Amino acid sequence: MQHLKESNLPTILVIACGALSQELSYLKKINSWTNITIQCLSAELHNTPKLIPIKVKEKLDLMADDFDKVYLAYADCGTGGLLDSLLKDYNIERLPGAHCYEFFAGKNQFLSLTEEELGTFYLTDFLVKHFNRLVIKGLGMDRYPELKNEYFKNYKKLTYLAQTDSKELKNKAKQYADFLNLEYNFYYTGLNQFRVDIEKGIKA
Amino acid sequence: MVDNQEVFDDIVLSELSDKELTEQMSEDLYDGLAEEIAEGTQILLDRGWEATDIMDEALVKGMVVVGDDFRDGILFVPEVLMAANAMKAGMALLEPILTASGIEPIAKMVIGTVKGDIHDIGKNLVGMMMEGAGIEVFNLGINTDAEEFINALEEHNATILGMSALLTTTMPYMKVVIDELKEKGIRDKYTILVGGAPLNEEFADAVGADAYCMDAGTAVETAKRFISAAS
Repeated sequence: MQHLKESNLPTILVIACGALSQELSYLKKINSWTNITIQCLSAELHNTPKLIPIKVKEKLDLMADDFDKVYLAYADCGTGGLLDSLLKDYNIERLPGAHCYEFFAGKNQFLSLTEEELGTFYLTDFLVKHFNRLVIKGLGMDRYPELKNEYFKNYKKLTYLAQTDSKELKNKAKQYADFLNLEYNFYYTGLNQFRVDIEKGIKA
Repeated sequence: MVDNQEVFDDIVLSELSDKELTEQMSEDLYDGLAEEIAEGTQILLDRGWEATDIMDEALVKGMVVVGDDFRDGILFVPEVLMAANAMKAGMALLEPILTASGIEPIAKMVIGTVKGDIHDIGKNLVGMMMEGAGIEVFNLGINTDAEEFINALEEHNATILGMSALLTTTMPYMKVVIDELKEKGIRDKYTILVGGAPLNEEFADAVGADAYCMDAGTAVETAKRFISAAS
């Protein structure tokens, strides 16, 4: 059944990574995107990226027919092009770039940060908020603290790419950098680049 | 009533028969118990076992089970790393003996993480498993460019090249290396194996590699297959 229309605008389904749910909901609210429905998949899929296209396909098969248009709020996210192959079959676009760090910071800025220090571990607002669950527990460091050095021995810096200017999150990010024995760096991305990419995607 | 934990704690490795000990070591390896693996390895050496037999019977066999269970989603990365660390503890005792014994390796391999990428956990695991299979491994580390790969292949007279990448943005560099080998007219001298989380068989074919290896166990089996075919 076609998704109920509240206006003459086309109905749009945005299938998104759970790590973007808060930012997307915020953009939907402030832009009054009443014709957009956001459906999120678990952010923990990033620990097993090859499952991302499988889960996206399940969601597409379940919901896509009910909407005029579908957009994917994922980057490649470590799927090595598998996500793009799937989207080509469905004729659907996604966010640009390799990962959320790139589309939050913008391609050129992210490239510049990478060139500055290749061994940089990035955090976003979402990752700062869920550091214990996704990084500590996700990498098994709660059970095996000795793995910390194994995972992070080649990193030198932790850069917090912030979507909001929150003192609390900054303090936490700095604590996590200290915990990982990494130099702390803060870079405010805001949501401008992300908003531009999403708008472009849903209006295309 | 007997406390199971107490029974488990009471296992004295030195009191086990050879067969019981190698089985226990496989279990300890699975559980990532490095100290127990080092102790078991030393006991077998003291009993006169050849280093290669200890490696095959006690370490590699156990690690193959770990690899299979990782592939099947029973074990996850942290557990595999703990098992690998346990294997390293055993290998640390065996490597000096293997080196001194002068046993000829079945092949030589150059391995590295490609330029722009600093992730090496999987690549190091592959290197260790290759050594366990009797392949001499020259591990170039991380962020390795084409020139470094090619120089190392020539310097060590290696026949296998292993390249690893964890990032979608860095994996295309594998093609740069292979194209450089082609340009020099030496591509066919080498078996080129590629691996890393975002890779797949289609990608390996597209860049001109000989095989995609989805995990360390597969990498070893694939290398051995190519070595057999070439001999």
